[in-house]
Amino acid sequence: MYTQQVTEHYENPRNVGTIADADGTATIGSAASGEMLKLTLSIVDDIIVAAKFRAFGCPTAIASGSVLTELSTGSRISDARKITAARISEALGGLPAEKQRYATYAEEVLKTAITNFLYGGCG
Amino acid sequence: MQRIYLDYNATTPLRPEVRDAIMPYLTEAFGNGSSIHAYGREARNAIDTAREQVAELIGAKSPSEIVFTGSGTEADNHAIKGLTELQKSRGKGNHIITSSVEHHAVLHTCQYLEQRGFEVTYLPVDRYGQIRLEQLREAIRDTTVLLSIMHVNNENGTIQPLEESCQIAQEHDIPLHTDAVQSIGKLDIDVQSLGVNLLSLSGHKIYAPKGIGVLYIRRGTRLANLVHGGSHERNRRAGSENVPAIVGLGAAAALAKREQNTYAQHLDSLTHRLREGLDAHIDGLHYNGHPDCCAPGTLNVSFEAVEGESLILRLDMEGICVSTGSACTSGSMEPSHVLAALGLPPRLAQGTVRFSLGRNTTEAEIDAVIAKLPKLIQQMRALYRG
Repeated sequence: MYTQQVTEHYENPRNVGTIADADGTATIGSAASGEMLKLTLSIVDDIIVAAKFRAFGCPTAIASGSVLTELSTGSRISDARKITAARISEALGGLPAEKQRYATYAEEVLKTAITNFLYGGCG
Repeated sequence: MQRIYLDYNATTPLRPEVRDAIMPYLTEAFGNGSSIHAYGREARNAIDTAREQVAELIGAKSPSEIVFTGSGTEADNHAIKGLTELQKSRGKGNHIITSSVEHHAVLHTCQYLEQRGFEVTYLPVDRYGQIRLEQLREAIRDTTVLLSIMHVNNENGTIQPLEESCQIAQEHDIPLHTDAVQSIGKLDIDVQSLGVNLLSLSGHKIYAPKGIGVLYIRRGTRLANLVHGGSHERNRRAGSENVPAIVGLGAAAALAKREQNTYAQHLDSLTHRLREGLDAHIDGLHYNGHPDCCAPGTLNVSFEAVEGESLILRLDMEGICVSTGSACTSGSMEPSHVLAALGLPPRLAQGTVRFSLGRNTTEAEIDAVIAKLPKLIQQMRALYRG
């Protein structure tokens, strides 16, 4: 039912939490609706030096948040903006069609957090 | 790692006594119950004994009222389609009343009939899943040909007011079918004193094999056949009898009858133990079964700020096997139709787990769950609450 990568991230989620003085923040969905992904980024000289996530949802939702923080940390924001849902899905071993939306949420939350950093949105 | 199985409402393991009863019919006693020679008679006798055992379990007047089917689902289909299609063809009416919390075997059968010219009333339920009798009364029309009301709900264990529903059905001279798959062995059922016309049950919920069910058809209740072919089951259900499974169901029925009181007490005491343990160690809990009218052995709990599928996976990693009431399907989180009918808000519905206990469940297993669960819940809440 789950790929090895999803199970592994779900068992040991990376970078769980919220960065206190985050430079970029974004949230997709809400816990009340059943699915929520929140990302906080610390950005120094256009490089994402730290990323933390919080998630509410099924194992794939949590694994998507976890893998997103790994893929984005250390990236220039110009490169981070190119992280697609397909790449996130691939990093999780290829999500089945009915779980693809979590990769899409992850892509969106990263792009929005970067936009909020660049243009001062409140996330 | 030792596994703890708490999903008995999904299925039960074969009892060793049942397995022993079945074995000869998987090996040397392989005859076809329709054959007239010694092998056939051997099979026929075994089927007849099983029929008597099932009749005794539910208090049927005669074993001839027991029809073996391929599953509880088939029994539901046979009862509902068989009765309503015959009634409609005789111009008696085309209206069915059922509840919104029935098993899919009933609900989807009714939906199928809706596409074929029937009208169906799906009675709403209260927050614990019970129908309201006044709404049942109000739903009855001149064209109503069948009431189908389950005995015990598979998801939350709530018991429907079956006796009162039967009385109402009789007052209006409308036959009543009940899906008793989840109550058999746990609650007293006497089809004669209840006055039900049709009752479905399933083997694999009472420690018999999968692939065998029963439809009780009260004498005088007319219904069309679902499966056509040979003259098996007194011309009611064609197909060579699944003798090993039938023998197994008979043996399981005899054991269920004999042990019903102790079984119900066993389930009741362990369910209380689980509930008390959860109450003592976890906050933000909601119980979805009826506080007074709930079959023993089922505990349906919603955990605030927890997502069900994730919790099931965490529990599975700890060897604890339970089921959830919501599924993360394509598009969104969807609560089961039962949780939706209870009016549970989505944020709670998605954090719902069904514990269902059985004869092999021990106090030590319940205590192990209580020891592990609070930490898992805490971990999951920390993932988003911080």
